[in-house]
Amino acid sequence: MALLLKAEHASEPGDFESDPKIVKFVVVKKREEDHAQQAELTSFEEVMLPHLDAAHNLARWLLRNEQDAQDVVQEAYLRAFKSFGGFHGSNGRAWLLTIVRNTSYTLLKKNHSVDLTTPFDEEIHTSGYESVSPATILEHSEDADLIRGAMDELPAEFREILALRHQEGLSYKEIADIAQIPPGTVMSRLARARAKLKEYLAARIGKEK
Amino acid sequence: MNCEEATKLMDGYLDGELDPITSQTIEQHLRECHKCEQTYKTHGSLIRAIGNATPYYNAPAELRQRIQSSLRDEIAERPMRNVVRDSQVLFRRGQPGLRTILSGTPWSWLALAAAIIFAAIITLNLVPRLPRPGADQLLATQLIAGHVRSLMANHLTDVASSDQHTVKPWLDAKLDFAPAVVDLASDGFPLVGGRLDYLENRPVAALVYQRRKHFINLFIWPAASDATRASKTMTRQGYQLLHWADSDFNYWAVSDVNVNDLQTFKELFEKQIPHH
Repeated sequence: MALLLKAEHASEPGDFESDPKIVKFVVVKKREEDHAQQAELTSFEEVMLPHLDAAHNLARWLLRNEQDAQDVVQEAYLRAFKSFGGFHGSNGRAWLLTIVRNTSYTLLKKNHSVDLTTPFDEEIHTSGYESVSPATILEHSEDADLIRGAMDELPAEFREILALRHQEGLSYKEIADIAQIPPGTVMSRLARARAKLKEYLAARIGKEK
Repeated sequence: MNCEEATKLMDGYLDGELDPITSQTIEQHLRECHKCEQTYKTHGSLIRAIGNATPYYNAPAELRQRIQSSLRDEIAERPMRNVVRDSQVLFRRGQPGLRTILSGTPWSWLALAAAIIFAAIITLNLVPRLPRPGADQLLATQLIAGHVRSLMANHLTDVASSDQHTVKPWLDAKLDFAPAVVDLASDGFPLVGGRLDYLENRPVAALVYQRRKHFINLFIWPAASDATRASKTMTRQGYQLLHWADSDFNYWAVSDVNVNDLQTFKELFEKQIPHH
């Protein structure tokens, strides 16, 4: 940084920067900015850090990779801080999760993640798992590894909506805001996601048998 | 309501997201249709069980630390960037276009600068006060800003000379006080030059010394009569600050040299200045 600036012209006598007014301008300006930014950071952390687990959980489900999730969450917090001035709402969690979600999708797109591009078969009752009854699924429903495996097979938009509803307990309205879909779409997407999850669980249980 | 409609609305009903009238219609249907009621019950308990058993990925503690330190880095870089940018936009040397404007109509620029200072002062006084750090910390921030700026803006000295008999008269002519200027070259702290700076709402002298590849800014201004003479050291943002005072002056040395070098510097300086 210093080198770059030094590349400029050599000092000239009587230049403007030695003018006390200008020096004072810089000092006053810097002091003013320091205080404003410290206050902004404090209030940002108070509002946003309590939602760190939610942010991490969403990113982790979307990216299915711990390192990527952490990088995305860090990046999202930085982005959120930069645009914190534009946040006037009361729902800090939904606002932050929107940024986490967008940052995650940016990375998924960059990595050409298949679950964003592959057309997804949304037909219910198609994969011949009928032999596995809902009661059997229910018996296995405490198996976290089984659920994780089935969830991870779902496309991103399903993983996201299930995490937001089942784990964060968000309302349809909040989910619509975060996932940027019309409120009317939330219910049907959630129903499809749940049906598909059940189907995948059944398939996994059927395979184990 | 028929079974098909009920199935379609089942998830919304389960989540309590339907309007009261639709909810009542579904309840009505479930009471009448055993098959749908069964589906509702199994679907509901399954969804709840899956929801409860889905692993929740809590953020690891180090992620919180990473985020907090990256946010601090972000604001640590920002003010410097803004101040440097602002001051460069307004006052930059070496930019041909701007230089011409500046030489042609310096008064309008000075008026603009004055207006901005005025606005800043008004803002500072009118905006509700945020909790402010102690006076020392504010001063330390100003001192470090002065030191860093002197290094980054290629503006280390107004008068570049290792000769104390050149630097002193130059400073004396610009200031309403006459600080002592000594050369400590024989002790490994050669004098590089002098500069004016502005601190604590007054113009101050800045003497620049070199220690190997490092620079030391020594800020000097008249001491208040009741000022404490105790010397103190501070470390801020990786810079060492050392303060002392004598009967006439306040001294603040700022540098990135280690604290021992700075102490040595202070002792040498005190030994060399003429005592009354």
